[in-house]
Amino acid sequence: MDGSAILARLHVRLGAQVLETHEHHGDHTAVVAREGIVDALTFCRDDADLRFDMLMDLTAVDYLKFPGREDGPRFDVVYHLYSVAHNHRVRLKVRVEQDAPFVPTATGLWPIANWFEREVWDMFGIRFEGHPDLRRLLMYEEFVGHPLRKDYPIERRQPLIGPNV
Amino acid sequence: MGVGTFFTSKLDEAIGWARKFSIFQYPFVTACCGMEYMATACSHYDVDRFGAGLPRFSPRQADVLFVVGTISHKMAPVLKRIYDQMCEPKWVVAFGVCTCTGGFYNNYATVQGIDTIIPVDVYIPGCPPRPESVIDGLMKLQDKIAAGAQRY
Repeated sequence: MDGSAILARLHVRLGAQVLETHEHHGDHTAVVAREGIVDALTFCRDDADLRFDMLMDLTAVDYLKFPGREDGPRFDVVYHLYSVAHNHRVRLKVRVEQDAPFVPTATGLWPIANWFEREVWDMFGIRFEGHPDLRRLLMYEEFVGHPLRKDYPIERRQPLIGPNV
Repeated sequence: MGVGTFFTSKLDEAIGWARKFSIFQYPFVTACCGMEYMATACSHYDVDRFGAGLPRFSPRQADVLFVVGTISHKMAPVLKRIYDQMCEPKWVVAFGVCTCTGGFYNNYATVQGIDTIIPVDVYIPGCPPRPESVIDGLMKLQDKIAAGAQRY
């Protein structure tokens, strides 16, 4: 299915939940409201014409002090979907405010979302509501802060952990 | 000077000479330097010439801890435990710039030099070090072992 046709289909099904869409070098993106993201992902996975059976990636971007977005929502949570059956792709984004950094979990749709969401929690401090086991994935439990946030000081060193270290 | 004193110092030298040619290493390999370590250890450069040909994959059987590759904060307690498990006398070689100083990984995840965790005897900088530098470091370590220099 052609990328613009995928976006059109999302528009028809989700209506106002799709806040905006754009296309860049053949990659098609839909920005979805946080309340509608689970519906959108479920539809993408289960619709016979879309059949996005694979969550390629789930990550986040910190737009703190990004030119043109100083006043907008600070984070984007990004879902990259791929359909093995149809060989097509789409990208969904959810804008997340700094004051309310949470998104509903996608672990019920794709089991791999479990670790992706743990990584995003670890690196960006965005919580995933309903996640069964939201622990840090890469850093250790005693680590304080979320290092991929743009306001994490690059020179900050945390005390070494472990027995007698 | 008594006979015993004379005899003891010669024994130390003999032990040092024997030890410097029986370097059983524990390669603590975490990153890309491991490839360079393998290249050095294999027949082309042949560290067996220096009696360091046999790696032991148990710290309790090893004399020298080769720390090869980036050490993250999460890995630091593991490295410390491996070091503690080694029997004395023991020596530590920091292989590659990441183990020496953290290298270009000046970030939240990387230990800024393994000497913040364990004592180091020989630093071999380079990213990765050439086999020649490794052999040079190994020979410096041999000198140190032969002289009986060791930090407990």
